[in-house]
This record gives sequence, structure tokens and C-alpha cells, in this order.
Amino acid sequence: MAAPFDTPELGDVEERRIPALKPGAMAESKPYVAAAVHQEPLGFPGVLEDGWEKKAIGHMGELLSKYRSLQVFMDICVKCGACTDKCHYFLGTADPKNMPVGRADLFRSVYRRYFTPAGKIAPGLVGARDLTRDVLDEWYNYFHQCSQCRRCSVYCPYGIDTAEISMAARDIMDSIGQGQKYCNEIIGKVHKIGNNLGLPAPALLDTLEGLEEDIEADTGVPVKLPIDVQGAEVLLVTPSADFFAEPHVLGLIGYAKVFHAAGVSWTLSTKASEAGNFGMFIGNYEQMRKISMRVREAALELGVKRIIFGECGHAWRVAYSFLNTLAGPWDFLDPRYPVPQHILEFTNDLIERKGVKLDKSGNDGMVLTVHDSCNVARGARMGDRPGGQFTIPRAVIKASVPKFVDMHPDTICEKTFCCGGGGGLLTDELLELRVKGSAPRMEALKAVVEQEGVTHMAAMCAICKAQFTKVLPYFGHDREMVVSVHQLVSNAIILGDND
Amino acid sequence: MTIFFAILFTVATLVLVVGLGLKIARYARTPAPLKIPTTPAPLTAPGVAFRLAREAVVFESLFKANKPLWIFAALFHFGLAVVLLRHVRYFETQVGPVIALIQPFAVPAGLAMLAGLLALLARRFVIERVRYITGPSDILMLVLLLGITVTGMMMTNHVHTDVVAVKAFFTGLLAFELRPLPADPLLIVHLLLVAALMIVFPFSKLLHAPGLFFSPTRNQTDTPRERRHLCDWAAKLEEKVN
Repeated sequence: MAAPFDTPELGDVEERRIPALKPGAMAESKPYVAAAVHQEPLGFPGVLEDGWEKKAIGHMGELLSKYRSLQVFMDICVKCGACTDKCHYFLGTADPKNMPVGRADLFRSVYRRYFTPAGKIAPGLVGARDLTRDVLDEWYNYFHQCSQCRRCSVYCPYGIDTAEISMAARDIMDSIGQGQKYCNEIIGKVHKIGNNLGLPAPALLDTLEGLEEDIEADTGVPVKLPIDVQGAEVLLVTPSADFFAEPHVLGLIGYAKVFHAAGVSWTLSTKASEAGNFGMFIGNYEQMRKISMRVREAALELGVKRIIFGECGHAWRVAYSFLNTLAGPWDFLDPRYPVPQHILEFTNDLIERKGVKLDKSGNDGMVLTVHDSCNVARGARMGDRPGGQFTIPRAVIKASVPKFVDMHPDTICEKTFCCGGGGGLLTDELLELRVKGSAPRMEALKAVVEQEGVTHMAAMCAICKAQFTKVLPYFGHDREMVVSVHQLVSNAIILGDND
Repeated sequence: MTIFFAILFTVATLVLVVGLGLKIARYARTPAPLKIPTTPAPLTAPGVAFRLAREAVVFESLFKANKPLWIFAALFHFGLAVVLLRHVRYFETQVGPVIALIQPFAVPAGLAMLAGLLALLARRFVIERVRYITGPSDILMLVLLLGITVTGMMMTNHVHTDVVAVKAFFTGLLAFELRPLPADPLLIVHLLLVAALMIVFPFSKLLHAPGLFFSPTRNQTDTPRERRHLCDWAAKLEEKVN
């Protein structure tokens, strides 16, 4: 799997270069298939068994009747090609099956064969095909080359969202025993241990204690990282990478300092020690719901009044857009606050009300840009106005650093590129895909580094942070170039004399 | 001849209306279990109506995506809109003021359609990415529309047909009366192609017209925290587990 590959050459972001097609370029790229031990705890068949074709079509029919998005998106594509140059994986790999319409057609061709009169009567005319082993393999490989970032859905004249189709395809594959190891193993850990990384409670307590010591040694202020505290005002749910990975943990320290400076009592939870919800990546409503219910249970048990989520992209989409549906209603929480809130909403509000004070000199010498995380940008919101997910992180960064520069307008806000590692693809066997898929972002970054002297890129998602840490060196950057937004806050915040 | 077309148009109309009705009913009946508007999205129902109107009338997302394609699509669709309105005069005994008003725009509108369709067809051969995703049905659909446009324009500009008789035929059909249809070859081809278009409509990508309004990424408000969104099957799941 770890065959050598060439790092893509970066062009000029202004030129918006579109590669010539290289059919089959990524045909061999695929993540490890889940073993029975990863499948069965989630209630999926352990392996592909005889008769899977019929089962898959049956499940497809069920999804078509349960998801309007899937049913409508199957029918209404006119093959106009507006999406063909929008996917970062296509731009990075030139494989035509990574064009959103090319990817969707892998699914649509099967839909047409089994569910439409035209596909039953004249399959060749409308591009309909039987679900064979070859088609299944193609599904497996290419539906694990979509990070569900929704960039295509911005540009489609009918709003066709390939993420919905990828999710459906993955759910069908899970239902017949052809799941993906990375996602399903992680979901198993959440159910068993409480978080994606499989950090047991004692290790977590130990880590937090160590962090408290570090902060006190560093600042002289006893900033706490409380966990399982009954009656705290705020429950903070954050991606488990925040507990030890860099730069994630520097962000966690930032959250702790903000709570400390604001004098708001808060707690983490061993039960809900994970904000991420990989149930979305595999397109499985019941898994997504089960994972979400941990947050509800933790909030009830601890008797908190508010729930705040840490920096994470897809976690924020599930939290903001789905949590009320999956685990609501939240009538037992303080009705004065939205449920849930994002830590950036919380911090921004404090900055605006002068509840915390920031000293930009804490980040002297840094020139920042920001990477809008795809699931925050196009699948969620912050604040009370559309687009708050763009203005609020920028406001917090600008309040913390001496200089901020945005990247090319075609690569930020709703048009942002995925980091290349989202949607359940942040696994080593997909490294080639991840490096190539990050090329569009790297191209835009290169321009601001060369023209504006940008030194660091802030990210607000655990996956983005891990992905950039890994791929930045391929493009000649330091891995520490990516920073957490709250890491910047952490460096700038004035502790002690706020009251 | 007259009887054949009378039957054909009755059948085509039925297929179009019933087929489309069933599809729309299916879209409306299928639940959207989660809030998935592509954000930033409107917070209110009027906001959503305005977003959908912008998509339907000025193709907002397509404008963001691809300017040349947007021009070709606009040429074709706006041309088609005018031409369709102009054809209303074949179905109403008394021609209304709006229909009378657009009469002078018929020929430019037809030319816009033609130009748009030719450009849309050409890009299916010229642009590598679009060629890759183009299937036989995509070409046939454009050829069908081109056939209708060209025969229609030729009747308007060159080989005139007896439009009074055509009008009599269609107003007759509406009143369940048979009145003779002129046997001009161009008219026959034009009407055959139109009937074909009506029949394939509910089974083809032409469903993009009604489908847009059912697209959850475009027709949902961005209010998941404010109001709990729960579809029937998801609600049943809660009863089962809790």
C-alpha cells in the first residue's frame, strides 16, 4: 500500500489549473477492509457473504425511501459538468472518477439499473450497470476517496451533495460486510472506551493532571482541566486528539485558559470524552445516534447547564446540525444558550464583551492565515447570522495575533478546500490520496506564504490539524506551521486580573 | 393523421402529468431525516423561498461554478421560457395580454435556444471532462431539443404552416373535439418530437426541473439548534430504543 508516489507540483492559485484526465490514476487506492472483529460489534456482517448483491440492492431501496436527498440526487443530475473541477481529490489526482459527478455515477449507474424504467429497458443508453464484484470494488475504492466535504454541493445548480451519496454507499457496503477498518474500529472504541483514540479514563485523568502542571509551570496560574465534575456550568466535549496530539493539545490549553479567565465553571466527561462522530462518515443514522446519546447522558449525569464543543470540523457539523435531532430535546439545559455552542462562539462572545483580555504580543512574529474546515464552513454555522462560521473564527484570530491574511477567495469560506484527510480517510494506507488531495489547499497557502509572509495556518478541526501536520513537510513546510485557533488565544490571553 | 396525433397528445399529456405527479409525490413523501442545507443558508422560510427562486431563475450556484456554462444554460432556458409562453396562444381561444406582449420576442428567443443548445452540445465533445461524463442519453436529449427548436423556427420563418388550423386542433383537443391538423411534414416532425419529450420527461434527467425544489441542501432552513427536526422513521427509532 505504501508505494512511493510523487508529491504534486503546485501551480499558481490565480491560474486555477485543471488537470487533464488520467483515467484509473487512483484505481488502486483503498483503505483496509474491516475484519469481522471490527464489523460485528457495530451489528454489521463480518464478511461479504453469498447473496450480497441482492442484499445491497435491498438496502439501497430502503435508503432511497428513507433519505430524500439520495432519491432526489439520483434523479436530477443533468451531467452539466459544473462540479467536474471542484473536488480537491480530482484536482490532486486527475482521476475522472474523483470528479463529483464521476463518483456519483458509480452509484447512480446501479440505481438506474434496478430502480428506473429506462435503466431496466435500455441500460446502455442511460449508463446503467449491474452490481457486480468489480462494481463493488470500484465503490469501495472511490467512495473512500471522498472526504464528504460538500464543496461540490456549493457549485451544483441543484445542490447535489456527493457526501450524501458517499455516506449511502458506505452504509450499503457495511450492511453486506464490506466495511472500512479505520472508521469501524474507531466507532468500536467509542462504544467500548468512550473515545476514538481508546484513551481509558485513568490515562485521561493522568494526562489532564500533567497539563495542569505544565500550565502552572508556564504561567504561574493554577488553570484547571476538570473532569467529571458534578454541577459544573459547562460540559466541554472535544475531540480526543485534543488530549495529547500537537497542535491539538495547545488548543485544549487555550479553552482551559478562557474558562479560567472568564470564571466559568466547566468540566470534561470521561463518558463523552470524544466530540467526533464517525457514524456520519459511514452514513449510519443509528450509529450516529448512539454516539450522540453519550453526550446527552453525560450532560444529565453531571447536571450541567450548557454544552460546548471544542475545535473539530465534522464533530461540529454533527453537533450543530444533528445533535438536537439525534439526542434532543435539550429542555433540561439553560434555555438562554444555544445547544450546543462552539468554543469559538463562547470565546468570541467573551472577547466582544471584554470578558477576557488578549495581548497580541503573545504571538509576536507570527503572520496568520486560516483554513476554513469544510464541515464547519458548509455543514454548520456559528453565531446567529449565516456566515458566522467564517467571521467568528477570524475575529478571534485577529484579536490574538498581530497580522492576519486570508488565502485566495476561491479557497476560503464556503469555497474552502478540504484538508485532504476528512471523512474517515485519515489513515496511513491512504497517504498518497491525502497528500494529493491537500494540493489545492497547499497551492493557496504557498501564495500567501510567498506574497504576504504568512508563517502559520490556523485550523479549527482535529482532522485538519493531524492531516496538515502530516502533509505540510511534503510541500516543504514545517509541520508546526499548523496551529489551533485556541493555541493563539492561549498565547495571547491575559490570566489573573480578569474579573 | 388527426386521430393519431389526438391520441398521441392525449397519451403524452397523461404520461407527463401522471408520471411527473408520481415522481413529485415520491419526493414529497420521502423524509429528510437530517438538517443538511449547504451553509451559509437562510434562517427563515421566506429566505429559503428567495434562495430557491435565485437558483431557479438566475442559476445562482451555476454562476459560481462556471461562467460560460451559465451563459449557455441561460440562453437556452430563457429562450425556452419565452417560446413556451408564446405557444400558449395555441391553447387559448382568447389570447391574453402577456402572451400578446411577448410575440415580438419569439424569433430572438428561438435563436437564443438554438445558440444555447448548440453550445451545450459542442462542449460535450470539446471539453474532456464533460466528454467523459456524457452518455448517449445526454446527446439524444440535446438532439431532441434541437430538433424541436429547428423545426419550430423553420415553421415560423420559412415554411409556414397553417397556425390557425393548428390552434383549432389543440383548442379542439382541450374541448374533446376532433378538428383536422394540417399535414405539413415539418409540423408533423415538430409535434412528434414534442410528444416524445413529454413522454420521456418523468423518466429522465429533465426531472431536474421539479427536483431542484426538493433538494434538501437548498430547501431547508438553517435552524437545527432552534427547532428540533425529527422525521417519522427516526421518531419510531426513539420509541424502540428508549
